[in-house]
Amino acid sequence: MLTFAIRRILTAIPTLIFISLVLFLVLEAAPGDPLADMPLTIPPEVREKIRLAMGLGEPWYVRYVLWLNNFFVTEPLYWFDRTFDTAFAEGRQRILSYQTRSPVFDTIAERLPQTLLVVGSGMLIGILIALPIGVISAYRQYSWFDQLGTFISMIGFSIPTFVTGVVLIVIFAVWIPNSSPFWLPTIFDTSLKVTDWDSFVTQIRQMILPVTVLALYYAAQISRYMRSAMLDNLGQDYVRTARAKGMTESVVVLIHVLRNSMIPVVTVITLLIPGVFTGAIITETIFKVNGIGQQLLLSLQGNDAPMVLTITFIFAVLIVTFNLIADVLYGLLDPRIRYD
Amino acid sequence: MRLRTALMGAAASLACAPMAFAERGADGHVNVIYHQAPSIMNPYLSGGTKDVEASSLVIEPLARHDNTGAMIPWLVTEIPTVANGGVSEDLTSITWKITPGLLWSDGTPFTSADVLFTWEYCTHPEGGCAQSAKFEGVSSVEAPDDLTVKVNFSEPKPNPYLPFVGAQSPIIQKAQFADCLGTRASECTQQNFNPIGTGAFAVTEFKTNDVISLVANPNYRDAAKPRFATMTFKGGGDAEGAARSVLETGEFDYAWNLQISPEVLASMTAAGKGTPVSAFGTLVERIEINLTDPSPSLPEGERSTTKHPHPFLTDIRVRYALSKAIDRELLAEIGYGVAGRPTCDLVPGPDVYAAKNTSCFAQDIEGAKALLDEAGWVAGADGVRVKDGRRLSILYGTSTSAVRQDFQALIKDWWTEIGVETELKNVAGSVFFGGDPGSPDTFQKFYADVIMYANNFDGADPEAYLSAYTCNKIPRPDTQWQGENINRVCDPAYEEKLAELGRTADLDKRRELAVWLNNYLTVENHIILGLVDRGRVSAHSNALGGVVLNTWDSELWNAADWYRVK
Repeated sequence: MLTFAIRRILTAIPTLIFISLVLFLVLEAAPGDPLADMPLTIPPEVREKIRLAMGLGEPWYVRYVLWLNNFFVTEPLYWFDRTFDTAFAEGRQRILSYQTRSPVFDTIAERLPQTLLVVGSGMLIGILIALPIGVISAYRQYSWFDQLGTFISMIGFSIPTFVTGVVLIVIFAVWIPNSSPFWLPTIFDTSLKVTDWDSFVTQIRQMILPVTVLALYYAAQISRYMRSAMLDNLGQDYVRTARAKGMTESVVVLIHVLRNSMIPVVTVITLLIPGVFTGAIITETIFKVNGIGQQLLLSLQGNDAPMVLTITFIFAVLIVTFNLIADVLYGLLDPRIRYD
Repeated sequence: MRLRTALMGAAASLACAPMAFAERGADGHVNVIYHQAPSIMNPYLSGGTKDVEASSLVIEPLARHDNTGAMIPWLVTEIPTVANGGVSEDLTSITWKITPGLLWSDGTPFTSADVLFTWEYCTHPEGGCAQSAKFEGVSSVEAPDDLTVKVNFSEPKPNPYLPFVGAQSPIIQKAQFADCLGTRASECTQQNFNPIGTGAFAVTEFKTNDVISLVANPNYRDAAKPRFATMTFKGGGDAEGAARSVLETGEFDYAWNLQISPEVLASMTAAGKGTPVSAFGTLVERIEINLTDPSPSLPEGERSTTKHPHPFLTDIRVRYALSKAIDRELLAEIGYGVAGRPTCDLVPGPDVYAAKNTSCFAQDIEGAKALLDEAGWVAGADGVRVKDGRRLSILYGTSTSAVRQDFQALIKDWWTEIGVETELKNVAGSVFFGGDPGSPDTFQKFYADVIMYANNFDGADPEAYLSAYTCNKIPRPDTQWQGENINRVCDPAYEEKLAELGRTADLDKRRELAVWLNNYLTVENHIILGLVDRGRVSAHSNALGGVVLNTWDSELWNAADWYRVK
């Protein structure tokens, strides 16, 4: 198992470098200009100077190597300095965004907490709802519970988050007057600090709408996987054997069937987890959570290549990592799966 | 006279007394939402409106424009003019007198050294300053004493009010930015996010592209202002969400630039929590007519160049007929509602420069037909006019947007009615305005007979804007298709008047010349058909008072005067 993990990590390094090169070249080839958003009243000569000041005068391979150096050397050194109060990164320029002219990693660090909190809770609640729904729906197939669960998950699947989000806003913030205790805020206050009970309540209230939208979305997906995996296993011979041996239904379903059914569901969940870090672009924008997803959208619109490249590359690293974690988890769930 | 002035002063101070007793910060907290989130608080490193406006709460220029477009002293005692001796007779220098006793928000005095430094900062050759056009023609800036700033120009400048005037050109603190010159400008994240200013508010926390927390500036020049102790400046989302948060849910007090359909805005306003406000600037939606031949049968590099004049749009009667057939009042109403009004002009404001033509407002289909008859165009069997075997057929391009496509459909109907065959085309805005010399679809290349878009000018002086229509600014292959004179107008008479405008400082004379130039392009020659003067719509909650929408400067220009309605 350990040699397997080490081998996978080593092969991941060239993969990731290749991914970064592809990302860089795609961004380079994409039409658009970081200055396109500036007003038409700024004359062309001034634009050219701004472009040079951003470092866009260098050829692409120089900028790519600079970015690699910044990402793998300067940034780790900088964070090392911050932690241990040393000065290794002194005088090195960090990765700067074209839009904000500030270090890309500072922006990411500033935005990560709200993204993890909102998207993470959305996914966690989604999973907690989805697993029991999937299990019961499969065990009582075609019952009214199954029909209702299917109906709700179809809604979650087919209605996009930008519709559910706006519908919830209209119901909870517009129809309900804001003097009522059931009124909920629609704009997420990212500078709120939880220090006491009142601020905790405010934090929970402002999380309700975005988290509900995300939980519905995730629950719809995961419950379908859970249900079909359970159905596949419930008809198997080993289930009949277990029942014939006189085991109780709870042991049969929750120990034997559930554990075997978790394998495909774990794959789905672990591959969804990197999405928690990159945020939910649409939901973040609707509720102004302003996390990583919303930043990625802004940077794409503004042709802010350093920011887009860094965020997408981190996403790539997370996907590779979580793929590895999923493979290791299979071994734990099913002892027959061994990689040695 | 002395006594009279003193009495007037006493009366004025009595009238103002209730205001003066109001305390700074007495009205608590105010929430502002911009659907485009500010990225940086330094307008010298970003030309974006959102960044310029957010920073205007903190850093301020020496003088700015009020809501009528008139210039008002801000950090100075008066506006220098030739009459009061502030502008030299030969128009090569301007001397500003700083108001004594001004303090930065950190308590240090505001001096002419800061103004001088601001010029050095923006004109540093490696800094990539986004506002360097403001300092064009400035040969030097001097600070003879702490409260005097003299700006010298390399040649006579009839409009010397560009450097240090308006929200795009505020004064930054020398002590704070001293190490941020040139290539180091973008490394100064702390300074760029938290500039020290003289404005009503000071930044406490800046989260880029997200939210800015501000507090009342403790050293603000008026002890009773600002009335709000703290401000949250939230960014992000979309215009509709921002409008909803002010007009329907009441979470925010002020929402900026709400470009949403008139019906949606009206239904949100019906909730009764807030009020939309609109004001007009210089943004004009217009049809531009190509005076050169865009025919695809011409070789590449000769299409839409002065080598081949347009076969029929060079005839003023055809252009006039196209203009007469348009119902501008209808366009303004369906396209922009309260945020639009019909116009014939290229320069619709400010009041001192506007020609205010109304001759084009009434639609005149019969008159248009008569003009085309007179020009020798005869209706053919399918209704399209023909002359010498050539059909009166035009290609009408614009950028992709719901309103523009509505306009295209309506105008096509009217033009078809007078016998002009019209083919419509729309191109994504990022390509149309992108200026890529390799693309055939940019507005500079103008591979169409007429195109429609909107443009405006900064500040309140139209000289630079009108100077676009000269022969040397025609986009052509040897300028990489760059240039602002997209109609390819080239007339010595126009350039003569323009040069005269460049030598004239007297305001009445300038107005006369600007109106002549505007009329030459619009109602006289119909080269540019003004359609709709597009205003700005913002909204404030009914609990927020003192909002005066200003399209000539930052919308937040008078945030110090905002108060809570009780």
